[in-house]
This record gives sequence, C-alpha cells and structure tokens, in this order.
Amino acid sequence: MNVFWIATIGTSVIAFILKFTGHSIPQHWLDNPRLQRVNALIPIALLSALVAVQTFTSESKVMIDHRLAGVSVAVLALILKAPFPVVVISAALTSAAIYNWL
Amino acid sequence: MSKIESITLRDSLSVSLTVGAYGVAFGAASVANGFSVLQSCLLSLLTFSGASQFAVVGVIGAGGGAISAIATASLLGIRNGLYGVIMAPRLKVKGFKRVVAAQITIDESTGVALGAEKRNEAAMRQGFWLTGFGVFFFWNLFTLAGALGAQAMGDARAWGLDSAVPAAFLGLLWPRLEKNSDRALAVASIFFAIAMTPLLPAGLPIIATAFIAIAVGLRR
Repeated sequence: MNVFWIATIGTSVIAFILKFTGHSIPQHWLDNPRLQRVNALIPIALLSALVAVQTFTSESKVMIDHRLAGVSVAVLALILKAPFPVVVISAALTSAAIYNWL
Repeated sequence: MSKIESITLRDSLSVSLTVGAYGVAFGAASVANGFSVLQSCLLSLLTFSGASQFAVVGVIGAGGGAISAIATASLLGIRNGLYGVIMAPRLKVKGFKRVVAAQITIDESTGVALGAEKRNEAAMRQGFWLTGFGVFFFWNLFTLAGALGAQAMGDARAWGLDSAVPAAFLGLLWPRLEKNSDRALAVASIFFAIAMTPLLPAGLPIIATAFIAIAVGLRR
C-alpha cells in the first residue's frame, strides 16, 4: 500500500470516528471554554500554514514563482468579496498565464 | 417527515449546490497532487469534510508523509465531532440512523439546522437531513467531475491548478479571520510554516502550527 492509499483510508477512518464520537458523548463534557477556543483557532493556524507551504515552497525549498501571483489575485478577489469559485478560478488563470508565457 | 417548509428547502438546496460545486476544486486539487480519481472519490465519499480533504492532499502534495497528512486532516475534523455533540440531543436518532447522521454532520448541515431551529423543531431536523444529503450528493458528483477534468488536463501547473489549491485554502480561511487576534495567528502561522520548511521534514511545518493555536487558545 502506498502513501496515497494510507492517507486516503486513514483520514477517512479517523474522520468518521470523530463524527461518531461526537454523536455518542454527553454535551457537558465539552463545555470548557478554553477547549472551544482552541478548537476555533486550530483551523486558522493549519489553513494558514497550508496556504503558505502550497504557495512558497517546493520540495522543502522556499521559492517565489507563478503561484505567488495566483494567490495574490485570490487575496484581491477575497478583499472584493468575490464568491469562492471566482477566487479559485481567477487564481488559476493568473498562475497559468504567467507559467505559460513568462 | 412532516411537510417541508419552502424556506428550509430553499436554504438546504442553495447551500448544497454552492458547497457541492467546491467539489470540482477538490477533485482537481487531489489529482493535481498525485491522488488517483478513485482515491479522490473515496475521500469525498468516506472522509466527507472539505477542509480535511484539502489538507490531506495538500500535505501529501507538499511532500509530507501519510502520518502528518492524516494528523493535519484529523485536527481539522475535530470540529465535526463538536457539531455531533450539538446535534445528537436535537436529532435523537439511534442505530443505523445515527451512523448516517454522523457521516453527514459537517459545517453546512449543522449550520442550516441551527439556523432553522428558530422556526421550529421539525424545520431544524429537515434542514439537517436535507442539507447533509444534498451536500453529500453534489460534493461527490462534482469531485468526480473535477478529478476527471484534472486527469484530462495533464500538467497541473500549465492550468494553474498549483495555485488553485492554496487559493482554495485561502477561501476556507478568510471567513474565519474576523478578529485581529485571529489575523495575527494566521500571519504567525504563515511565517512559521515557511521558516520551518527547510528545517523540518515535509508536512511537519504545517502540523506544528497547531501547537501555536493551542498555546494561544489556552493562554487567553
């Protein structure tokens, strides 16, 4: 089994365990406000890191290339309150244009 | 199931279609990062949680190992468990129905259900099931379309898919950045992940930022 299959199956199994556990435990177990705050902050940290790594790195090296242009356009689209598909497509078009013609 | 109010139906359908369409971005990102069409579809069917799915293909795509990919995706999946805690006493289902309810417990189904709760209990339950099944249907359909499309395209970079992936993450992140302290955490995580990339094995710089979030959350 290669890394792709392990990741696919492992992620799926744990995702379901998390969901089902939530449906099976008493509500008052998770009333701690600190726990809830941590839970709200973790996605912010992880998603930011994923944006950074996917934009600025390639095979453990930091580099600036066509992807930065694409993601910059995505930031602009988000500031202008564009819907999600517009954000993704405008980033892809910009990036592709620079990759193919520069 | 009693009669469904048109407002519940409208909310559920519009959310299902809009969110389901993101499945194209996931299917394309997944294939662009080396997953097969079958693996991409299985992730959407079985994991069925957008941020976790993007994370697992993102970490593997960045060269990370299976363990850091699974760990990152699972941390993002914890909130579904919390939604389960909120929804279980409201849905009051057992056995097979509880298994199905758990699988479709995500941001959207919980959100629509809690939004409809103001009207009445039936609307809340209908909102949950309709949105859960609706997103499930469209998300999987569009994942297949995106995965097949990306496979047909060939070189992901020539089509800008290598930028579409971080742009999609950014789209998921953006609505969460309401407070200045949240923005500061985002900026810190970005710099930390970039600075650690040459030093740590791939995948670890991403998962390590979770500890920044934990430290910040416990201190405040």
